[in-house]
Amino acid sequence: MSQPLVSARGLVKRYGDFVAVDDIDFDVERGEAFGFLGPNGAGKSTTMRMIGCVSPPSAGTLQLFGMEAATQGRQIRARLGVVPQLDTLDTELSVMENLVVYGRYFDIPRAECRRRAKELLEFVQLSDRADSVVDNLSGGMKRRLSITRSLINEPDLLLLDEPTTGLDPQARHVLWDRLYRLKHDGVTLIITTHYMDEAEQLCDRLVVMDGGRIVASGSPRSLIEEHSSREVLELRFTLDGEVDRGSDITGIGERIEVLPDRTLVYADDGEAALAAVHARGVQPISSLVRRSSLEDVFLHLTGRTLVD
Amino acid sequence: MTLVLRMLPPTLRDVRRPQRMVGRNVVAYRRQWLIIFSGFFEPLFYLLSMRVGLGDLIGTVKVGGRAVPYDEFVAPALMAASAMNGAVYDSTMNVYFKMKWAHIYDAALATPMSAGDVAVGEISWALIRGQIYAVGFLCVMWGLGLVGSPWVLLALPCCALIGLAFASVGFAVTTFMRGLSDFELVPTATMPMFLFSATFFPLSSYGSWAWLAQLSPLYHGVALVRAANAGVFTLSSIGHVAVLCAIASVAMTVAARRLGRLLLY
Amino acid sequence: MAMTTPGPVRVAFWHAAVFKRLWVTNVLASIIQPLLYLLGLGVGVGSLVNRTSRATDVLGGVSYVAYISPALMVTTAMALASTESLWPIMSGFIWKRSYHGIAATPLGAGDIVGGHALWMAARCVVAAGAVAFVLAFFPEARDWGLIPGVPVAALTGIAFAMPLMAFSILRKNDVGFAAMNRFVIIPLFLFGGAFYPISQLPTWTQVIVKFLPLWHGVELARAFTVGDIGGSASLGHVVVLLCWTIGGSVLSYRFMRRRLYV
Repeated sequence: MSQPLVSARGLVKRYGDFVAVDDIDFDVERGEAFGFLGPNGAGKSTTMRMIGCVSPPSAGTLQLFGMEAATQGRQIRARLGVVPQLDTLDTELSVMENLVVYGRYFDIPRAECRRRAKELLEFVQLSDRADSVVDNLSGGMKRRLSITRSLINEPDLLLLDEPTTGLDPQARHVLWDRLYRLKHDGVTLIITTHYMDEAEQLCDRLVVMDGGRIVASGSPRSLIEEHSSREVLELRFTLDGEVDRGSDITGIGERIEVLPDRTLVYADDGEAALAAVHARGVQPISSLVRRSSLEDVFLHLTGRTLVD
Repeated sequence: MTLVLRMLPPTLRDVRRPQRMVGRNVVAYRRQWLIIFSGFFEPLFYLLSMRVGLGDLIGTVKVGGRAVPYDEFVAPALMAASAMNGAVYDSTMNVYFKMKWAHIYDAALATPMSAGDVAVGEISWALIRGQIYAVGFLCVMWGLGLVGSPWVLLALPCCALIGLAFASVGFAVTTFMRGLSDFELVPTATMPMFLFSATFFPLSSYGSWAWLAQLSPLYHGVALVRAANAGVFTLSSIGHVAVLCAIASVAMTVAARRLGRLLLY
Repeated sequence: MAMTTPGPVRVAFWHAAVFKRLWVTNVLASIIQPLLYLLGLGVGVGSLVNRTSRATDVLGGVSYVAYISPALMVTTAMALASTESLWPIMSGFIWKRSYHGIAATPLGAGDIVGGHALWMAARCVVAAGAVAFVLAFFPEARDWGLIPGVPVAALTGIAFAMPLMAFSILRKNDVGFAAMNRFVIIPLFLFGGAFYPISQLPTWTQVIVKFLPLWHGVELARAFTVGDIGGSASLGHVVVLLCWTIGGSVLSYRFMRRRLYV
């Protein structure tokens, strides 16, 4: 039984009176893609900073590669790749210069830095911009450069904090594709996100965080099976509220969730539930049957949606 | 030796590769060498103006028993001042900018670099920049015939010490700044020092106010460079060196302690 | 029939509103800086200057403090004009985009340019007045002639502000500003006749200095205290200052129109 790559027990982070991370435990196995899912302010970025050995925990233990984060931060960071939420690229330097300067922070010889940089730029398709000053790149290119930079030291573990936030759909898919390939090459990934499609697509296992605590953990599929039904029926009604949207359809499906703009009916067979609704004489303006998602899991666990 | 090391604050003890920060600055300034080059002109203009305009009106000034022409009197002081200015800019505004907006330090700290590496590296760079100006100014002095003695080469390590003192203080001050407007305090401090460190007129002109000039850290630098140019060193020269060293060490300790807290929250 | 406020005055009110937050530090700085220069250069260097007979000849028998006092009022105005007419102008287009905001109202380019001139004149009057106030505490500098020096300083201030504004309107980034400061404003401060007569300078330098506004402002202010106000020389100074002001304003107006109404 191999030791987990990352192991945390009772991890706490306090800023004065404010508790950002409140006693969490998790393990990350080698070679998997592990996710932290939750809304803004859940404590994901704070947790990432602690894993990255940049922010000292207020309490609890944290181990990476069998070393203690509190005392062996420098050695741990030598084996990490970090892609922060807001790009920390050096806008005064060119793309190639950014990679070489960063590589030098790891004591990698200059010639080796250049060699690796050239390979990596091809991997992310930025070779033709090697001499451009970073200021002139688009948001998607900057994010790709950030990922490139995080790989210059050939890390065993890659930390990505909200990697596709702020990117257009095409850029997101390019990025996901690159991350798949990295995983295929054996790099362990830890990702934070508030996009459930990203969590479902990329992560083997994930934990759901809210208010600094872990409220659920498991693979995306197991989480959905445990905390939601197979399908969801979404109903929208007229605004005049003649229909009491909740009570008129009680008993249909496993569970009913009334939201400000729609009503959700959780059932294993959405079409059957819709038929049952019509049978009661209730007429919604529109209806939609879809598969359950992590958004529904989060809604069930916390009563709130992932995106405020 | 370990006793000395143990007296340093933890941030300064954890220093392994500070030269990487210097390396980063060299790469960045390679594009902007014009900025460094143009910073060289201000003390040069002051020197030329004093030489052409006031030299004639003032004649000679008594320094250490000798009578020197006014421009030879002012030149070493301007050299010390340019070392100060070179160090101050790169340890105040620039540091704040890199920290709060450009996130340069955040990027470095995600790697094996530590806060101590960043602090020592940045102070070293500010010092180097001050030295560049000092060397340039020395060449100008030599070209204009204002060099008093071959001992003037010792002025370069003196300027390095001046740069170290002011870079450390600048860094320490920057860790206390909360916003961009706080930086207006910097010229409020450097301008009086520039005017009142026996730069443009000797200590004897101060009369009973001489003690005020001696409070200025720049005064000690000016006195040292002037002594080097004259080739005359006395016991007070050792005193000046001691003052600058003390300032540098206190400021660096403060800076290191606060930097750790600022960058690794 | 309601009397409407002229456009430039409305723009000047906007400047004043922004300034209301910062006026304390600004006024303090405009008192402390010239005070320091007066003590440092006027008194300190003056002690070296006043001993020599050569100085007495060249300066015309006046003490060094009396010689530089009126000049300090004018250099303060120049410094103020350059600070306010470089970066803030670009800020009005690029960072804060205030000028675009004004252009969306009934006000136009002419009002913005006129507003800048009015506001700069007002601030120079206050700054020069503060310097005169400080000077009054020094017996050697005290002179009724300092009072007309205030409008002279204001005129020199806008003689700088308007051409600098035209320069700034054309900028796309702030690289040129540092150069303008380092290679025009600071050398003028040092070589422009404030701290010693320009007759000390080589001829070619004198020609350049006489072309620029500072020397004219300094000599005009000096004429009221230690010099002689009557005569064609003073009139000549006023004419040159007006030429810079009007020329700068016309160019500013043209460039402003081009940049605002694209």
